[in-house]
Amino acid sequence: MKVRRAAAETPAVRWTLTAIGVGFLIFFLGLPLIAVFVEAFRSGWAPYWEALQEKDTLHAVGLTVLVAVVVLPFNIAFGVAAAWAIAKFEFWGKSLLTTLIDLPFAVSPVVAGLLFILIFGANGWMGPLLQSHDIKIIFALPGMIIATLFITFPYIARELIPLMQAQGREEEEAAVSLGATGFQMFWRVTLPNIKWGLLYGVILANARAMGEFGAVSVVSGHIRGETNTLPLHVEILYNEYNSVGAFAAASVLALLALVTLIAKTIVEWRMAKETEMLNAALPTEKTAS
Amino acid sequence: MNRSLLSAVLLAAGLSLAPVAQAQTSLLNVSYDVARDVFKDYNPKFVAAYKARTGETVEVKQSHAGSTKQVRAVADGLEADVVTMNQATDIMFLAEKGLVAADWTKKFPNDAAPYTSTMVFIVRKGNPKAIKDWNDLIKSGTSIIIPHPKNTGNGRWTYLAAWGNALKQPGGNDKSAAAYLSAFFKNTPLFAPGGRDATTTFIQRGQGDVLVTFESEAELIAREFGRGGFEVVYPPQSILTELPVAIVDKVVDKRGTRKQAQAYLEYLWSKDGQTNAAENYLRPRDAEVFKKYADRFPAVKTFTVDETFGGWAKATEAHFKDGGSFDQIYQVK
Repeated sequence: MKVRRAAAETPAVRWTLTAIGVGFLIFFLGLPLIAVFVEAFRSGWAPYWEALQEKDTLHAVGLTVLVAVVVLPFNIAFGVAAAWAIAKFEFWGKSLLTTLIDLPFAVSPVVAGLLFILIFGANGWMGPLLQSHDIKIIFALPGMIIATLFITFPYIARELIPLMQAQGREEEEAAVSLGATGFQMFWRVTLPNIKWGLLYGVILANARAMGEFGAVSVVSGHIRGETNTLPLHVEILYNEYNSVGAFAAASVLALLALVTLIAKTIVEWRMAKETEMLNAALPTEKTAS
Repeated sequence: MNRSLLSAVLLAAGLSLAPVAQAQTSLLNVSYDVARDVFKDYNPKFVAAYKARTGETVEVKQSHAGSTKQVRAVADGLEADVVTMNQATDIMFLAEKGLVAADWTKKFPNDAAPYTSTMVFIVRKGNPKAIKDWNDLIKSGTSIIIPHPKNTGNGRWTYLAAWGNALKQPGGNDKSAAAYLSAFFKNTPLFAPGGRDATTTFIQRGQGDVLVTFESEAELIAREFGRGGFEVVYPPQSILTELPVAIVDKVVDKRGTRKQAQAYLEYLWSKDGQTNAAENYLRPRDAEVFKKYADRFPAVKTFTVDETFGGWAKATEAHFKDGGSFDQIYQVK
């Protein structure tokens, strides 16, 4: 049997493979993470704490959270709608839509930022129109939100499409045939089915939104205490030879990442458990259909 | 996320952004990477002086990044009231785009450069390669770290300093200067993408025997990395790096901030402004202030871009445009 053979590899091979995996993990993930905190605390607690209290750093944290909080609802709405359409219906141009959703994965974030400058910048397509109405998009909060939105919008849709495809549309059809309105069906049947997948997508999109550098850097304008997000702030502090400040800010980002990681693990665990329950319930359904 | 936590986070974000919404005259100073310390100290002084004189409270915001990136952003609509750069070429770009007056160098004294610096050598402790002058850089086995001359201000200053020095040697001409630069680049293993990268390459990664950079940058390095690891060497002759400022006319006219922007830049020439520059190791124009801080600024014979190269437009044309002297020399390296 296959399982047997895999388990019957010589211990040497098993140990080597494990060592490579663990070594890789320590070297490329563990060490940098430790380095961030070591550098941040190099001069002790007090300078670290002081660096975090700095007005511009606090503002950068607030701005980073604000951008993520504004971006996520759009992402959820778009992600659920797109996944719904793609997973449950057949329509002309569906494969084009699927490809377009993946576009932000393929486009370099810096290029994405430059695209928005081409559209909204002073010399861009909409530049004169925006200027005549005194609307600021680029080098202000709206531009940063738009850039982050662009970068993060595939995450939720990508997470939901396979899930919704696997679930099929029988349950929704049953709900409708039993007299549920569209909203009732969505709220009582669709949403409970996808909630863990949705949460997982939200966590990934959130992590990316908070950590995004390239696209936001291009459209931010780097105004201190106004359009500097945490990742941008880290770079600026580092370039000013303010290592403690830079790594203190970086440690906040790292902490956000760790929280995300823990949340992700919990959600994954819940998803696995739910699938198990579903599988346990499935055989009877299979024979029934 | 539970609801009370969510609202707490939103509140925090809202609070931290609240000052932005205040209706008050504000100026945005778009500047290059390493000018932060200068303006962090300068802005409160200006705000206080302006308030004492006019009763009006002005808020000054700062934006710092690589200088070329910064002027691009201004051209693309970043609403800078004033730009404070480390090279005239950057402001010339804005003048070409019609954002800054064509005669911007005439709007303020000293060709609109309130303070200067010069290019110096930073060498390892004890100066093991005995580097004293430009000619010591091209000895075999000496490795030089500089940023790219074609697309960084710092690198362009270095290139022109080296060229000008060779030109001013007895019997020096364009040909001997080109030959010097050719030998110079043989000793340049790599170009850093920016001034700060060059510094980290030299100091933190320990590459190279000598770093050519601004005198003011040397002080910043000393503050951050300690004074033990390296020495500053002043060559007998170097370039006077004039650090220019300008009002972005298109923006101040639109925002109605010309008066404040004018006062902000003028104040750089005041005793306060000049002292602040000297405190940050930039050479003040004011003779009295310079004298007071003379121990910080060892005597160097300097030459300017205007007198040696006939101005930035000509220097750029001859040396840095595609196919210019840099391309020719670097290709045959």
